[in-house]
Amino acid sequence: MISDITLGQFFPGSSVMHRLDPRVKLCMTVYYIGLIFCSRNWITLALTVLTALSGVVLSKVPAKLYLKSLKPIWFLIAFTGILNLFYGSGEPIWSFGFLSITRAGIINAVMIAVRLVVLILISSVLTFTTSPTQLTDAIERVLKPLALLHVPVHEFAMMMTIALRFVPTLLEETDKIMSAQKARGADLESGGLAQRIRALIPILIPLFVSAFRRAFDLATAMESRCYHGGAGRTRMKTLHLGRVDYGVLALCAAYLVLFVLLTALLPAAI
Amino acid sequence: MNVLETKDLTYTYGVGTPFEITAVDGVSVSVEAGEFLGVIGHTGSGKSTLIQMLNGLIRPTAGQVLLNGEDIWAKPKEIRRVRFKVGMVFQYPEYQLFEETVLKDIMFGPKNMGLSDADAEAKAREAARFTELREDLLEKSPFELSGGEKRRAAIAGVIAMDPDVLILDEPAAGLDPKGRDLILAQISNYHRERQNTVLLVSHSMEDIGRTADRVLVMNRGKAEFLGPTRRIFAEGQELSEMGLRLPQITSILRRLSGMGMPVGDTVLSVDEAFFQLLPLLKRGGGKGAGA
Ligand SMILES: Nc1ncnc2c1ncn2[C@@H]1O[C@H](COP(=O)(O)OP(=O)(O)OP(=O)(O)O)[C@@H](O)[C@H]1O
Ligand SMILES: [Mg+2]
Repeated sequence: MISDITLGQFFPGSSVMHRLDPRVKLCMTVYYIGLIFCSRNWITLALTVLTALSGVVLSKVPAKLYLKSLKPIWFLIAFTGILNLFYGSGEPIWSFGFLSITRAGIINAVMIAVRLVVLILISSVLTFTTSPTQLTDAIERVLKPLALLHVPVHEFAMMMTIALRFVPTLLEETDKIMSAQKARGADLESGGLAQRIRALIPILIPLFVSAFRRAFDLATAMESRCYHGGAGRTRMKTLHLGRVDYGVLALCAAYLVLFVLLTALLPAAI
Repeated sequence: MNVLETKDLTYTYGVGTPFEITAVDGVSVSVEAGEFLGVIGHTGSGKSTLIQMLNGLIRPTAGQVLLNGEDIWAKPKEIRRVRFKVGMVFQYPEYQLFEETVLKDIMFGPKNMGLSDADAEAKAREAARFTELREDLLEKSPFELSGGEKRRAAIAGVIAMDPDVLILDEPAAGLDPKGRDLILAQISNYHRERQNTVLLVSHSMEDIGRTADRVLVMNRGKAEFLGPTRRIFAEGQELSEMGLRLPQITSILRRLSGMGMPVGDTVLSVDEAFFQLLPLLKRGGGKGAGA
């Protein structure tokens, strides 16, 4: 069933990672993703792997879910890994025609694969432990300085919240419409490409109609409750940085120093 | 002869997840050819899940569905044929409309069956007659119709496939009393004229009482009772324990019968009650003021 697809799935809980301020988590995620791609030797790479794994453990989310989030991109990881394998320079270890594998190629491939896995794990920690509303809240706060440049930050955040809120609703709706059309004999599974695309029309049209209907209803409902954009709007749940948050930020700073030192002192892997 | 028969039919949602729930649990029932069967049960009792298995939209976790004695999943590739024989009208079917005109939308099912344009149009017009859609509405866009008209157009879209069994899930949900009466009357007419099997799913004992010959009562995924409507209505106590309420008119006449009045305690409709009360009124004259 289509509703089996899970998107940015939040896994409710009360672990340290869940309790961390979403702004801190968001910044930390971006920061680590930056560091992953700056790690050029094995020690710093191992360090980022270790950090990612401790994030995974601290989140208390079943490991099975992390494996599941990796599943759709195994192919991508393997593909980029293999591509990089043949891209190294230096003395070939093995060659076949124009293809040749070098030591640098192997190291490159491994590094890329590890980086991608860590990237997914770290962003999964964020999405598993942060509810969509918290996440958009955090994005709005973090991007607030852009409002000075007349970027409608609040509106973007609101749009994102609403979009996230309606993902499951629309999936459910798609399921229902598909069932209804299948009951009228719609054939969604066979035929060539053109026929399959044509078979989507009876599903897409009702889906769009209902999405627009929902959008108008929602707009009316928001306006009748006097929503008029972000200006002067206060929040029901204001975000406060706690002691743990400051601790984590301090750790991140210390980590950065360590990372810079290790990168500067140790030779790069390639 | 049974058109449809289920054997130990079971359906579990979310197998292998923490949200596992058995929505239909070992249901074995038979539907007789040509009958009007009401399916009733509280919210979440598994009615919608059960009927979706009857036309092969979802595949049972365990058990079988037999259509004219044959297992519908014997040849999974041919499941579409089953869907033409067992027509299904979903709850709020108006959200399935998509064509440029109402007529074309009603023709969608027949054309999927492989009928020619002319044959499909003939079927569609015939179906539109059953749901009393005026000629001029057929050329309009389905999105320009009123809610009740859309509902009737969607029902016509299924009737047009000329199924042996017509299943309707809450066809009257969310309509005003007049729209509801109209749709139920049209379904009854259709059943009477075509003489084929109809399954009507509803929360409302009133709607079931007015239309069905037999009733299947679902409770927590299990088939609790299956029998003639009047017999089921006699189980007022058990039904209310399952979160179902007898129609007001039935309850009133039961009270009267309890007080010793010569009225039946399983009346199915206001009309029936009217004919039972009328002679009392004539006989009683002035002295029956207490009742
Ligand atoms: N797609 C689904 N995924 C998971 N659980 C579901 C799904 N659909 C239904 N259920 C569950 O299965 C049970 C039976 O649902 P079903 O829709 O068959 O009930 P129903 O009798 O039709 O109720 P209603 O009268 O409210 O329409 C419910 O507990 C429901 O929560
Ligand atoms: Mg239902």
